[in-house]
Formats: sequence, C-alpha cells, structure tokens
Amino acid sequence: MPQQSPQMSQMTVWLVAVRDERDRDAFGSLFDYFAPRLKGFIMRSGTGAAQAEEIVQDVMLTVWRKATMFDPHRAQASAWIYQIARNRQIDIIRKENRPVPDELAQDPGSEPDASQILAFDQEAEQLKSALDQLQPDQKEMIEKAYMGDLTHQEISVQTGLPLGTVKSRIRLGLNRLRKELKGLR
Amino acid sequence: MSAITHHIPDDMMAAYAAGTLPHPFAMVVAAHVSLCEDCRATLESYHAVGGALLEQTADIAVSSGLKSNLMALLDDPVHPEPVYEAKGIYPGPVMEALKGRQPRWRTLGMGVKQSILSETDGGSARLLYIPAGQAVPDHSHNGLELTLVLQGSFSDETGRFGVGDVEIGDEDLEHTPIADAGDACICLAATDAPLRFNAFMPRLLQPLFRI
Repeated sequence: MPQQSPQMSQMTVWLVAVRDERDRDAFGSLFDYFAPRLKGFIMRSGTGAAQAEEIVQDVMLTVWRKATMFDPHRAQASAWIYQIARNRQIDIIRKENRPVPDELAQDPGSEPDASQILAFDQEAEQLKSALDQLQPDQKEMIEKAYMGDLTHQEISVQTGLPLGTVKSRIRLGLNRLRKELKGLR
Repeated sequence: MSAITHHIPDDMMAAYAAGTLPHPFAMVVAAHVSLCEDCRATLESYHAVGGALLEQTADIAVSSGLKSNLMALLDDPVHPEPVYEAKGIYPGPVMEALKGRQPRWRTLGMGVKQSILSETDGGSARLLYIPAGQAVPDHSHNGLELTLVLQGSFSDETGRFGVGDVEIGDEDLEHTPIADAGDACICLAATDAPLRFNAFMPRLLQPLFRI
C-alpha cells in the first residue's frame, strides 16, 4: 500500500490508492471500515438486514468502479461514500433514478494539493467534534433527518414533536455546524 | 452569463442531501447545482455532515461471506448505465429526464409551450418555453413550485430571474411572470401539485393539457 503524507487521513489514502492503483488491499480496508457502518446506517431507515447487505455490496462495488470520480480536494472519503450510499439506497428502495448534478471535470494533469486535502481532513475532524458538542436533542434530530430517511413531517409524527419545533431544532443544529465550519475557512 | 442571485434555500438543500426531497424538486436542485458553484459548495458541506454521521453510526457486523463475494465481483465486466451530460442549455439532470433527446414541445397557446419530463403522484417536472415579452398566465399554486431559468430571463412582482436563478412559489405567491426581451425564456418547473390557472383557460380544460 502506498505511503503518502502521514497526516492525510487513512481513509483518504486508501481511496486514492483504489483510484490510482486499483489497490485491492486498500479496498479491503475501506470495506472493513465502512461496510458495518453502512449496514448500521441503512438499517436505521427501517431496511431489513438482508436487503441492507445487498445495498452495502452495491455501494462498495460502486465505490470501486467510480473511484476515478473521487476528488480529495472537494470531498472527504466519508462524505463521498455517504453520497453514493444515499443515491444507491434511493435508486434501489424507491426504484427511481435520483437526479444528481453534473460531475465537475477534473483537471487531468494537475498535481494533488496536499495542503488542501489535509485542510479538508481537519475540517471533517472539526465537524465530528462539533456534532458531539450539539445538544442531544439537536443531534438526534439531525441524525434522524439524515439517516432515518424521514421527512420533517414524519419525524414530527414519530417523535410527537410539533413540526415547527422539529424544523427549528434541525435548523439550529445545522446553523451551529455551519458556524463551526465557517470558522475554519 | 450574469451572476446567479436566487439560490436553493438551505433547508431544501439539506433535504436533497438527506435524500428526502420529492423527485421533481430533486431534479431542480441537481440542475441548479450543476450551474451554481456556491450551491455545489453548500451541498458538499451537507454531504460532509452525512459523512461524519456515517462514521459515527453504530456499526453492525456484516455476514462473513459478504467481503469475499464482493472481492470476487471486482473484475466482473461493467455495464455502465448511460450517463447524460449537459447539452446546450440543458444540465445533465434535465438531459437524463429527456433521455438524451431534445424536448418535445406541446403548444399551450399564445406562443407558450411545454414539455412534460415526469409526472407522478409526488408531482411533476416540465420545461416551459415562453416567448420574449409574453406573460406566463396569471396563476397561483397548490403547494410548492420551483422554477429554474435555463435560457433568457423573466421578471415578476418579486424580481428578475436569469439563467441559473430559482424562483420558489408557494400557496401565497400570486404572480405574473413575463419573459424579458431577448431570447425566449426556457425554464424547468417542478410542482408537487397541479397549478391553478386564474385566467388562461377554463379550469375544466386543465386536465387535458396536464398543467
């Protein structure tokens, strides 16, 4: 496995190795880290274990096949895999093709900018600690909105909270996160 | 191209990132992000939140055979699904809805035309063609309507909307958009309910025209 910058997150290093060298060991490591998390993530939206594993397999296969689209200057590995998981989950469970934006053309000859990639990794770490510092009820709402595949309306029904409260908790939580992120730029 | 001034609101972008936005609105968001660097950055920050949550999710062990099955699949031949790229004024998500073809315009009268892209219980998405100087008939909305300008521009009581701008209409908005001088205005419009036209044609005819 190639040793890149020691500070770059391990996941980014693995994903770049998959992208540039079709490195199977690195892919295996990504699988070991992400597959159980993806399974937990997908099952939280009410999907059964067997179908969740089918989706995990589909997501990881998509990671392998679309790795050329991964640009560590624009996304952290977990954010990139999250977005694939969302797309595949919607395509498979709702049987509809989720509209996705045009991909940005990557400058083929450009050298990776290690400082920018590192800055991204640090930002992701900050984001995780900011999530941990949220009020428990704010964090729970954000988790449900992101993972539970619930609309605000459905969250309101499930938690018995009035819709306005749900929206403002999600907004408060996200505003707080955005402030944390802005402080880093 | 003039700068985009009307963007996707944050809560709608968060809903798109989380996958909870109905399909017609998701098409407008994806098309707008294709045209707007600012909103692409916003979307990526919501993906970052999703990624952080994914990392913190309580993991559930996968079956023992899953990894070896997957590793055995890596060399399988790939049959990629067609990828529709932006073409002319139409961003990729619109080209996908058009299946790579040019729009099939149907006349609505007064030079206004439409091409329906999708229609389900959850709402509809269509392209609208409005000649310069022509008003889109006075209408109000059942539910929510998003209108993304792809060519030309229009103005109404709330402001001017050029290429890349999104107008958000809800039940309270009663407006008369008029296409500005210059190129005909072409828009992607998505609703989660049928429109109510006040003056354009008798309401009884609306089902025939599917508007």
